[in-house]
Amino acid sequence: MLRLKDIHKYYNKGTVNEMCLFHNFNLEIADQEFVSVVGSNGSGKTSMLNIICGSIPIDSGTIMVNEKDITRMPEYKRQRVIGRVYQNPAFGTCPNMTILENMSLADNKGKPFHLQLGTKKHRMDYYRESLKTLGLGLEDKMDVKVGVLSGGQRQAMALLMSTMTPIDFLILDEHTAALDPKTAEIIMELTHKIVKEKQITTIMVTHNLRYAVEYGNRLCMMHQGKVILDKKQEEKKKVKIDDILTKFNEISIEYGN
Amino acid sequence: MSIILGVLQESFIYAILALGVYITYSILDFPDLSVDSTFPLGAVVTASLILAGVPALFTLPLSFLAGGIAGTVTGLIHVKLKVRDLLSGIIVMTGLYSINLAIAGDKSNLPIFGQNTIFDNPLLAKFQGSKSADVMIVMITFVIVMIVKFLLDGYLKTRSGYLLRAVGDNEVVVIALAKDKGMVKIIGLALANGLVALAGSVYCQKQGFFELSIGTGSIVIGLASVIIGTKVLKRFRRIKATTAVIVGTFFYKACVSIAIAFGMKSSYLRLITAILFLVILILGSGREKKRAIGA
Repeated sequence: MLRLKDIHKYYNKGTVNEMCLFHNFNLEIADQEFVSVVGSNGSGKTSMLNIICGSIPIDSGTIMVNEKDITRMPEYKRQRVIGRVYQNPAFGTCPNMTILENMSLADNKGKPFHLQLGTKKHRMDYYRESLKTLGLGLEDKMDVKVGVLSGGQRQAMALLMSTMTPIDFLILDEHTAALDPKTAEIIMELTHKIVKEKQITTIMVTHNLRYAVEYGNRLCMMHQGKVILDKKQEEKKKVKIDDILTKFNEISIEYGN
Repeated sequence: MSIILGVLQESFIYAILALGVYITYSILDFPDLSVDSTFPLGAVVTASLILAGVPALFTLPLSFLAGGIAGTVTGLIHVKLKVRDLLSGIIVMTGLYSINLAIAGDKSNLPIFGQNTIFDNPLLAKFQGSKSADVMIVMITFVIVMIVKFLLDGYLKTRSGYLLRAVGDNEVVVIALAKDKGMVKIIGLALANGLVALAGSVYCQKQGFFELSIGTGSIVIGLASVIIGTKVLKRFRRIKATTAVIVGTFFYKACVSIAIAFGMKSSYLRLITAILFLVILILGSGREKKRAIGA
């Protein structure tokens, strides 16, 4: 359970460029919800993810995870229960380390990083099996540096790595936006499979309205720092792409864009 | 012959320093200038300990420790006080200069001639046999650099070593692993400067004295060695980067020795170093460009 309560967030506070993004922003996400978040540029989608992950500070409000206040917890500590996949496929992996080394890093999340051997031999079969599920042939390239892989391959690895150890939340920040349509489709299917299998609470920001409608069991639309549309479960199933497009047009006219 | 032995001695000693610079420059992607003062720090700690009657072998780990503390300070200034990487190194480099002087008792040099060192002690004399002192020094420095190389190789294969490589490669991954990237950087800087001070300790014992100015320009020697080694030996995939750095140090020291043997005035040494360094950098990046177009 994730709860954002009375969040206030200003950018450039105290200058002429001061801009209020969130004013009394509230959002609750129940366990095992898969929330698709849509909205125009500058509506606060990515800022919301950054606030949840602790990448940017807030001016006031509280962030609760499972009834525990994490508002003041530093970013890196929050990642203990959060997995995050970015829009840029390069963010999720270490380019100068091999596939095997990257997998080992992810596998050891939550464990102490002292002088134990970095890659344990007996885990290799497990890594190979997990890579096989991607269907990209990466299991035969374990000693290849990740930097030479394509964006889609890297993003698939990033997804696999961020969900390898048990996490409470999966944060997807437009994670298919930088991929070609076919690869995006593969990554989205993979996401669906992993989320369903591991029953992870997921928040997915996307500009692809079809994904927003097809995947997940809750849909939120954001505009100017507010959730202006929030459909859950059965209601969400009825939502069609055209409905969202109409809503987009409405706000555009309203605000004269 | 004596020139070759001299080059080998110098390159093995500076290879220890270069391995330290390899950690900061190549792995951590942190241009650490504190090296210029941690090298003499190792030397002055060693000279004072030896004069105080501490067995020579103990000076090596103690110098490493002293360098490690200095590196930790650089790291803390950068991570906790959020000073830029280059400036953190400069601050420690500048401050340490006075500390080195203070450790030496406000003298700019400390001779340790006639004292027992790792190169000259009763135990060693038994093994020496008919070998000359120069050969012995080559052998001992070689053993030390090999021990350092294998320990470093081993460390880089541990979880902690993985994290060190990850932080220089992509900080986001380290954050995602719920690890404090600042802490990892501090550990890396401590290790690197520990090695540099260790090099200073060996250098001091070989020369038979500590001199305040020995550190000046050591960062350039380290960087040049790392870049020559990793660029030249890049095409040989099976050669480890640590080996490449050691070979790079040898190339660099050999070039300098040849230049001096051909009658170059040693006062031009720095200029030659700078030009050589520039040429390496240009050649290195030129090749990368070509490859990128070819691919």
